[in-house]
Amino acid sequence: MLSIKNLHASVDGKPILKGLSLEVKAGEVHAIMGPNGSGKSTLANVLAGRENYVVTQGEVIYRGKNLLASAPEERAREGVFLAFQYPVEIPGVSNIYMLKAALNAVRKARGESELDALDFIALVKERMKLAEIPEEFLYRSVNEGFSGGEKKRNEILQMALLEPRLAILDETDSGLDIDALQVVARGVNALRSPERAIVLVTHYQRLLNYIVPDYVHVLASGRIVKSGDRTLAQELDRQGYGWVAQEGAAASA
Amino acid sequence: MNPVNEGKAAYLDTLAAFARQTETREVLWLRALRREAAARFDQLGFPTTRNEEWKYTDVAPIVRAGFTSAARDPAGADGAQLSRYWFENLPGHKLVFVNGCFSAERSRLGALPKGATVASLAEALIRQPQALEIYFGRIAGESAHAFTALNTALAADGVYIHLAPGVQVEQPIHLLYVVTPAAGSKMLTPRNLIVAEEGSRAAVIEHYVTLGAAAYFTNALTEVAVGPNAAVEHYRLQEEAGDAYHVGGLHARLGRDSRLTAHAVDLGGRLVRNDVRAALEAEGAECTLNGLYVVGGRGHVDNHTHIDHVKPRGTSREFYKGVLDGRARAVFRGRIVVHPDAQHTDARQVNNNLLLSRDAEADSQPQLEIYADDVKCAHGATVGNLDEDALFYLRSRAIEASQARDLLTYAFARDVLARIALAPVRERLERRLIESLMHRAPVEELL
Ligand SMILES: Nc1ncnc2c1ncn2[C@@H]1O[C@H](COP(=O)(O)OP(=O)(O)OP(=O)(O)O)[C@@H](O)[C@H]1O
Ligand SMILES: [Mg+2]
Repeated sequence: MLSIKNLHASVDGKPILKGLSLEVKAGEVHAIMGPNGSGKSTLANVLAGRENYVVTQGEVIYRGKNLLASAPEERAREGVFLAFQYPVEIPGVSNIYMLKAALNAVRKARGESELDALDFIALVKERMKLAEIPEEFLYRSVNEGFSGGEKKRNEILQMALLEPRLAILDETDSGLDIDALQVVARGVNALRSPERAIVLVTHYQRLLNYIVPDYVHVLASGRIVKSGDRTLAQELDRQGYGWVAQEGAAASA
Repeated sequence: MNPVNEGKAAYLDTLAAFARQTETREVLWLRALRREAAARFDQLGFPTTRNEEWKYTDVAPIVRAGFTSAARDPAGADGAQLSRYWFENLPGHKLVFVNGCFSAERSRLGALPKGATVASLAEALIRQPQALEIYFGRIAGESAHAFTALNTALAADGVYIHLAPGVQVEQPIHLLYVVTPAAGSKMLTPRNLIVAEEGSRAAVIEHYVTLGAAAYFTNALTEVAVGPNAAVEHYRLQEEAGDAYHVGGLHARLGRDSRLTAHAVDLGGRLVRNDVRAALEAEGAECTLNGLYVVGGRGHVDNHTHIDHVKPRGTSREFYKGVLDGRARAVFRGRIVVHPDAQHTDARQVNNNLLLSRDAEADSQPQLEIYADDVKCAHGATVGNLDEDALFYLRSRAIEASQARDLLTYAFARDVLARIALAPVRERLERRLIESLMHRAPVEELL
């Protein structure tokens, strides 16, 4: 589904990703861990198409096509979804407008008809239950004044509604209480299917107890320096990143 | 001679001709007032950009175009053409002015409570000039600029509203100023006087529209006296054609514990200048000024506000926002003067400008002069572009870039309209706002 080869990317002229490669197949769940500032969010943003992230080398193939050539909205229509580490507040644009616009755009791209108002509301309400968001949040401005946890749940709601093929969750579990963590896990597990793939960026092994990944990768200094199965996450939890970084440095030397 | 003032002579001729016509008809005080105004206009001349108050707004095009003859011909504008300017589901009193003249047959005055007068100013100046004398021209006063003087010297018609103590007019009074091709290349000088005595209340909507006229000049002036405990809600909606020139003034005096809420919405015009002046002359007065300007092409909109806090415990709130596209230019200058006696004043002013193109420009200048020590005054001004993070967020949710831009622009501007209490007015303006967006259909669909 997603094939990243030797990806180099810079932000404001500063190289962040330095030869990152990653293969994600349909049906798989990948966890990416790594120290602060190692480039995890940069990778997520490059995949979503953020313009100030400049790819200087390498390629990203998504479902057989060059992902980097298309605009962010086209990627979203093709089924790429990014749950942001820091969801943006958009005063004056209500959640319901955005959800409706987003869902209709995605449905159109999938060759489905637009939902009428009643069907739309019914669907949103059902997914809100899954994300455990009270109904009044529909009519509030997007993320405005939401608590950190509420913002993350709102990301899960959007994901549940848009049903992406490739979902990238950037630290959606950070700052969440135990109940909210369950919400995220339920949202992701509900999405899990042989046609879909999920990339979880996380700092905590805790989430991986609820969402069992097929692979765990360590991203350090802009590259994947180690990959393994879920036991790698447990090891990182005990020992930190120091040993992986050393191992990685030794390997690239 | 200053180039701006070379055109002045032609305007002076117009003034002289008007004076000759009205000499025999008008009462003494009014003739004296007009004479003084004409003399002041002559002495002041049209402002140049060397004048601090007009630094960014060059009125030379108005002077050069020579809109010297006053429009008088109330021709054109049939009911069907006007119907699209009435607010849906807004009952109330409708007064139509065609090319500056009150048109009784096109107007609909509902039943008014006893003690409420809503009349054509021309008629009031003939029938009851003594009632107007202490207000007319006195509220705008000496402070005014050349355009105000010009209006005072020439103003023939508009509305006169008088509310006796305690009178509450429940339904809004909608004043529609229509300009038809008969007034092309001419000057219009609507003039309104609203006197709300103690404890009275009314909502007045001034609404300026164009029905196919080519380049003309509206020079409008409204004076409002808000008595003790009275409340006036005022709207000035300007949606004239893209080649119309508009200079408008709202001058208000606020009495003890009175309230003035004024909304100014500019959606049209080539060159627009508005001056709002409010004097909080007694304790506990409250003044709210909201403004929205949406300008594109080579449009220019200049809003000057000036609030005088004269007595203690006054409150003022200003909230102006602008959306600028193309090569549009906007100016906001908000002056707040807190006089030595005005302790416990609470004044707040906000002006935010959204630039949609590289060539658009906005100048925002708060100007606070505080001569009392126990006051709260806050102001904030911004000029910026659409939030890139918000734009990316929406796009990452499959929303087309152009639609995302429109959605954010709409959200920015609607923030002002949301403060309009009259729902039919608010809803119509929201629709007009959507129409002014580039890709209105997708946005419309969402609402
Ligand atoms: N606009 C920018 N200009 C310069 N450096 C930037 C810019 N944006 C991000 N960076 C840098 O890029 C590096 C990678 O940032 P990124 O957000 O991808 O890290 P991360 O792995 O997601 O970290 P965290 O775990 O803290 O979320 C950091 O050192 C960051 O400071
Ligand atoms: Mg990050």
